Amino acid sequence: MKKTQIIATFVAAAIGTTLIGAGSVFADGTFRTLDEIKESGTINIGVFSDKSPFGYVDENGDYQGYDVYLAERLGEDLGVEINYVSTEAASRIEYLQTGKVDIILANFTVTPERAEEVDFALPYMNVALGVVSPDDAVVESLDDLGEEDQVIVISGTTAETYLVKNYPDIHLQKYDAYAEAKTALENGNAAAWANDNTEVIAFAIENEGFTVGIPSLGSADTIAPAVTKGNESLLDWLNEEIVALGEEQFFHADYEATLLDTYGADYEDTLVVEGGAVAAAETETE
Amino acid sequence: MQSLGLDVLFKGSNFLRLLGGLWVAVRISLVSVAISIALGIPAGILMTSNRKVVKGIFRVYLEIVRIMPQMVLLFIVYFGTTRVFGWNLSAEVSAIIVFVFWGCAEMGDLVRGALISIPRIQYESAQALGMDAMTSFRYVILPQTVRRLIPLSINLITRMIKTTSLVMMIGIVEVLKVGQQIIEANRKTSPNAAFGIFAVVLLMYFLICWPVSRLAVYLEKRWA
Repeated sequence: MKKTQIIATFVAAAIGTTLIGAGSVFADGTFRTLDEIKESGTINIGVFSDKSPFGYVDENGDYQGYDVYLAERLGEDLGVEINYVSTEAASRIEYLQTGKVDIILANFTVTPERAEEVDFALPYMNVALGVVSPDDAVVESLDDLGEEDQVIVISGTTAETYLVKNYPDIHLQKYDAYAEAKTALENGNAAAWANDNTEVIAFAIENEGFTVGIPSLGSADTIAPAVTKGNESLLDWLNEEIVALGEEQFFHADYEATLLDTYGADYEDTLVVEGGAVAAAETETE
Repeated sequence: MQSLGLDVLFKGSNFLRLLGGLWVAVRISLVSVAISIALGIPAGILMTSNRKVVKGIFRVYLEIVRIMPQMVLLFIVYFGTTRVFGWNLSAEVSAIIVFVFWGCAEMGDLVRGALISIPRIQYESAQALGMDAMTSFRYVILPQTVRRLIPLSINLITRMIKTTSLVMMIGIVEVLKVGQQIIEANRKTSPNAAFGIFAVVLLMYFLICWPVSRLAVYLEKRWA
């Protein structure tokens, strides 16, 4: 009896892994072209439903946020209804590869690894690291830090990886949770706190007495819409649309409608990418 | 009460949205349970078979269900079938398939256990009275099995209701996801809303599962 159970377990495990394997082997680009979407009258757009202020659902059950503001405009210009699909960070690529959504607009950071799996359109937002410090001793460059000065990071974030790699001499104070890092900075345990710039900017605005001395640090990444790999008709249309929207300063209007409350007017040009042109936005922050 | 963020609950249609999410969770689990019971009974009867092949197949099936996290099964059914076969199953159908796949195995195992627990003498007495195999199964064994089964299968229902929280991963917005949406949308104005909203979600699960498990206790006492 014992033996059969062990054998059964192994057979089951084998079948299980085959099933999982099959999922990744037969990757095949099922997608709807621009014409097919227009014909059907509905576009499926994957957004976050719980990442305020980028993609969230308000108290009336309507989708809102920086990503959704763009999605609404895309639907309007295509002349189709929008079917919002609530996605999780971990399933965004899967949704595109199986054609279950046409576009992902879920705060999707462009990385080389992801670009192999999906096609990114032109970017519409910048992300980078930022450093916040107390008003009385603003840290404007990491090179200014004294030997005794420590920098707070949250374990496992890109800020930690970046500082360990590029500034190995800086002594880091690592915390597991946002709330702990916040308390540590407020108590003056360290000279500064490094995190995603959107996070530190929001922190400085919500908490008196702190300034973001370094609003953009490290490799500047961008946020862009993504489509299924090979869906050229939709990708081309998106790129043209983003360039055209740039001419009417659409993404600044988007920022003012959705992000202004959280990040304030000072960071509009740091965060917004207009018309897909990243370079312009970068020089402004320098 | 303000500090618990319960005011957020009554903003706009938030409370109705939570109830709507709860209905999604309950609907998926009820449909799954109904199909699981219908398929689980014949599966359980087959599991008691003496034939090695039948036994082997069900053993492998049961082990797959036990080994594979439901989360993985959800991804395989929802995304995997589209990749491999090009089927475009809706998220809710995929969820029901996974829950039935799981429920049918568990239910089958319960049925098998209940059938085995019927003393041999019951079979022999039925035979002595001149009943053939089908008649004795229908009139002697099955009624006793069902009585032993109902309390156990009701426990499976409550487990299924609680496991529906996983279906948010394939885009179904159920009660827990609605809770997260409400908390996030009010992160700035009511930072403590997480406590209040999750407490309400907990209460909702409780109000659904508690009567069901009380029913199991009642039936167990009455029919044991």
